[in-house]
Amino acid sequence: MTPDDVISALKTSKLRGRGGAGFPTWMKWNFTKEATGTAKYVVCNADEGDPGAYMDRSVLEGDPHSVLESMAICGRTIGAAQGYIYIRAEYPLAISRLERAIAQAGDMGLLGKDILGSGFDFEIELRLGAGAFVCGEETALLASIEGERGMPRPRPPFPSVKGLWGRPTVINNVETWANVPVIITRGAEWFANIGTEDSTGTKVFALTGRIENSGLVEVPMGTSLRDIVFNIGGGIPNGKAFKAVQTGGPSGGVITADHLDTPIDYTPLQELGSIMGSGGMIVMDETDCIVDIAKFYLEFTVEESCGKCAPCRIGGRKLYNILTGTTKGTGTQEDIEKMRTIGSAMQKASLCGLGQTAPNPILSPLRYFRPEYDAHINDKLCPAGVCKDLIRFEILTDKCIGCGVCARKCPVGCISGERREPHEIDQSQCIKCGECFEVCKFDAVLRA
Amino acid sequence: MPVTEELTLPESVQDFIEKWRDKPGNLIMVLHKVQEAFGYVPRGVALELARELDVPLAKMYDIITFYHFFKLEKPGRNPVSVCMGTACYIKGGQDLIAELEDLLGIGLNAVTEDGEFSVEAVRCVGCCGLAPVLVVNEEIHGKVTKEKLPEILAKHREVSAE
Repeated sequence: MTPDDVISALKTSKLRGRGGAGFPTWMKWNFTKEATGTAKYVVCNADEGDPGAYMDRSVLEGDPHSVLESMAICGRTIGAAQGYIYIRAEYPLAISRLERAIAQAGDMGLLGKDILGSGFDFEIELRLGAGAFVCGEETALLASIEGERGMPRPRPPFPSVKGLWGRPTVINNVETWANVPVIITRGAEWFANIGTEDSTGTKVFALTGRIENSGLVEVPMGTSLRDIVFNIGGGIPNGKAFKAVQTGGPSGGVITADHLDTPIDYTPLQELGSIMGSGGMIVMDETDCIVDIAKFYLEFTVEESCGKCAPCRIGGRKLYNILTGTTKGTGTQEDIEKMRTIGSAMQKASLCGLGQTAPNPILSPLRYFRPEYDAHINDKLCPAGVCKDLIRFEILTDKCIGCGVCARKCPVGCISGERREPHEIDQSQCIKCGECFEVCKFDAVLRA
Repeated sequence: MPVTEELTLPESVQDFIEKWRDKPGNLIMVLHKVQEAFGYVPRGVALELARELDVPLAKMYDIITFYHFFKLEKPGRNPVSVCMGTACYIKGGQDLIAELEDLLGIGLNAVTEDGEFSVEAVRCVGCCGLAPVLVVNEEIHGKVTKEKLPEILAKHREVSAE
């Protein structure tokens, strides 16, 4: 196959980037192939930072050669001699397997000088990440390989034209790379027949959270969320009710029960205010508080913001502070409008994907779970019973038989009462740990 | 500025530096090697590295402080990392931290007086199917409950005593 044949096969296969954005892979490769310049680079983005997702780790640990082969194919196609795999330091097993795979490929003449007598040279080197989520953004990742702080750079110019050390660079996500060799060996048409018209092939998801069968699932594009959660995932454990699924991690949003039949595809998920993302799927049930989850994600993006651009640095902190107030019962209705304004400014003005998508975990639930926000703000209540400042435990005197189990369990000893007499909680000492609620066999502890 | 002890680079680090000296963007890789050897990046080593690689010390700290993975303080002999990825958070990672703080009598990112344990919260370790997860000495413990913590700590305390 000539380089042009490879590009045309990728085009026919309609493979789109699996990192989340869904950019057609053949276009990236073609831009870099057409770019002029002596040195070009091939980069694998294995900085899987979405908390709650581990698709790439399983590919790298299970089949590292698929990525190496794919990168060599790309090198020959675009005219590059050097590839880099940027991988999280938190994945030691994946790192050691990749190191071994690179050595094996070198021994067999599949990497290195004059590969299989073709005159084509290609080397791959590992570069370790160091715990910065923003490095999953492609320009920040390239800065990190260059040994700098992982801060994003304005695009354009895109890496395909001006990437690593200013040279044309193809950068793809692990899962995207792993798809290329099968497209080449089994044919682009075969691949294009899987999935939907717009999104071909399969996608791996990390199904976690409140789910019976937690783990990785690989499904054809276009499979419905209902199928994934209730058939493959086996539904929600402990007889609890399904609440929502968060897709796309800290950059995504929630899909509610009303939209469970939505096909998993780039565009339909965007229309719902979420994104496909790299494949994280966190299932929530009725005991999860939507405001608390949003706060969790915002805390994450605030900590991980590199601080380079103001919309992300300041906007994220503002959003986090407002959410904290909401969970503590000091929120007001004006806060909702404020969050929408700040969120929309961040979406438009942030430099990179981290800031642009950081408000999503707030804006998307606001569309579907407004009553839950209102309960926190107007009634100072957390319906799921998660936000500690908004809950209160009380013992129902008509139900309490005075067994004393709760008093013995209470870590701060704030429950008192005579034996066989109704007990009482000293609210000034209560730390709202919920132990009494858990241990009471007579449903005599009320959580309100 | 506190007095910094003179530290020489172990051979493994020196060999690594030789291998990487001429590669562009080598600093992060060298820092990983240093942390692997010491468990953190001691100031004395940072000084030595700056001389060795001809990189300004300011630049060195520019990098170390940007990346969460690099530590400036010595962790305990048994570093306990509690995963706070989304799946672990939902399944009670926060409660594990609170219980550990109670059991060990230290706060987050601190070291026990005997130097045995330190506790830190980390971003997803990629074992979401086993949530909630904690890692002690690179050993992963999955589906951890508060009740299991004393046993886990005792096990690692014993191993390090041997």
